Amino acid sequence: MSISVTGLTKTYGNQQAVRNISFDVEQGEVVGFLGPNGAGKSTTMKIMTGYLAPTKGEVEICGYSVAEESTNIRRKIGYLPEHNPLYPDMGVIDFLKFSGSLHRMGKKELKRAVDYVVETCGLAPEAHKNIRELSKGYRQRTGVAHALLHNPDVLILDEPTTGLDPNQIVDIRSLIKEAGREKTVLLSSHILKEVEVTCSRVIIINDGEIVADEPTETLIRKTSGVKTYFVVLGGVDNPQHTEQILETHFSKINPSDAGTKPGWHIETGENTPFQQKLADLCREHGWHVEELRPVENSLEDIFRKLTSTSGDRES
Amino acid sequence: MSTVFHICRREIIAFFSSLAGYVLVILFLGISGFFTWLYGSDVFFVGQANLNSFFNTAFWTLFFFIPAITMRSLAEEKRSGTLEWLITHPVTEARVVLGKWLACWVLVAVSLLLTLPYYLTIAWLGPVDHGAAVGGYLGLLMISAIYIGIGIFASSLTVNQIVAYLIALFTGFVFHTLFDLISGTLTGTTSTLLAYAGTTFHFETMARGVISLDNMVYGLSVTAFSLCLATVNLKRRLWL
Repeated sequence: MSISVTGLTKTYGNQQAVRNISFDVEQGEVVGFLGPNGAGKSTTMKIMTGYLAPTKGEVEICGYSVAEESTNIRRKIGYLPEHNPLYPDMGVIDFLKFSGSLHRMGKKELKRAVDYVVETCGLAPEAHKNIRELSKGYRQRTGVAHALLHNPDVLILDEPTTGLDPNQIVDIRSLIKEAGREKTVLLSSHILKEVEVTCSRVIIINDGEIVADEPTETLIRKTSGVKTYFVVLGGVDNPQHTEQILETHFSKINPSDAGTKPGWHIETGENTPFQQKLADLCREHGWHVEELRPVENSLEDIFRKLTSTSGDRES
Repeated sequence: MSTVFHICRREIIAFFSSLAGYVLVILFLGISGFFTWLYGSDVFFVGQANLNSFFNTAFWTLFFFIPAITMRSLAEEKRSGTLEWLITHPVTEARVVLGKWLACWVLVAVSLLLTLPYYLTIAWLGPVDHGAAVGGYLGLLMISAIYIGIGIFASSLTVNQIVAYLIALFTGFVFHTLFDLISGTLTGTTSTLLAYAGTTFHFETMARGVISLDNMVYGLSVTAFSLCLATVNLKRRLWL
């Protein structure tokens, strides 16, 4: 077992940031740690790296207890902290060398490792620059490069793609996937898509508790069954009457008063021919569709869906 | 020990990678030079070939300048989040603190080395008591060690550099002046003890060329105590 977290609890004053969470990660797994901001992801990761101490519970990394072998464990972990803190006054290479020297890497070994991560992380074109001159994407790559530098067994990456543009996100994702071939990776995110494409397993944490821990495929199956559309209809004389008609055909309707025209959020099952049905209704009642777009499931929706039993779900 | 050295090295490079570092060293040299050679009870006013006027000036300039060197050491790391980056390497808090302290001390030592032309010039002007000169330099290095320790501790308390500067200056003031001041108003053992607790007494002894074990013990223990407090402060996050 690469990572083993048992009964972890962290309390700040009266506030419980993490409540009795337990999970294991096997060697070579890429696991996503998903949850909204403030769910306790960063706190858990900080405890796993030995930066914070748990109030209760235990973490083992590669068979070593974090509480007892803190220094040993830091050698085995590559950690990218939240917000990717770097020294802006340092050059990229100097920064990586500094990190390596703190890991007590020998000169030759360090040079080889720096060359390797500069190459793998695509840092070569910017390697001669000072960190303060780098774009956000290259800073993030520098952060990931430092985490990989000492060839750790376990990578812990706290929101590695936050604040990046779509191209940069794709780059970092492929970097992580590449690293995940040999290493155990735990990465956190508050975006479902993020973990869907990168991770083989997802642990969802909300309000300090684990609400789901399953393979990504299962998760996708559970969440993609239900779709939500936002519909604005024109030619509606009596919105309440229209709503009643809609309710007889679709089971979950939420009126939206965002615009000037009547609009609804309509939830449909996987196999419902929604567009067809809506078009029929429009023809029948003389409405026309002014706006129709799918709505991304929010994390809250997903939590609700995951925690409710399958019988509750409409499909 | 190699990690202490690497942290120290990085700190010194960071210090000289900004203009502020050079400005500080030049200001220190300028101010101590000004009061040694040009103004007040300078060398020519006293009319003796000794370094007393330089040592007395440096004793004060270091008191003001050291907090400016130490204020960013831990406060900035805490503010920018790099402390977490640093501590999640296989490095203990004590080594981080020691590395930072050593870097500042080396910087002060280099600044003092740059004042050697003052010494050489005065030695050229007349016969200098070399023992007192060596003692004076060692005294300055010792009080610097203490003030740097205090400065690093102050920097570990806050994320704001200005606050760190003020805490260091105030705490430094207690050692630099207050103990001596109160000791002057009292008599007997209390007075002696208070004088002993201040830096002035030890510095003056050393600047006379007398270096005794108790000066060293004093310097080492105050520095070590401050650094321990700074270390404890960094470790506090584990006990909250």
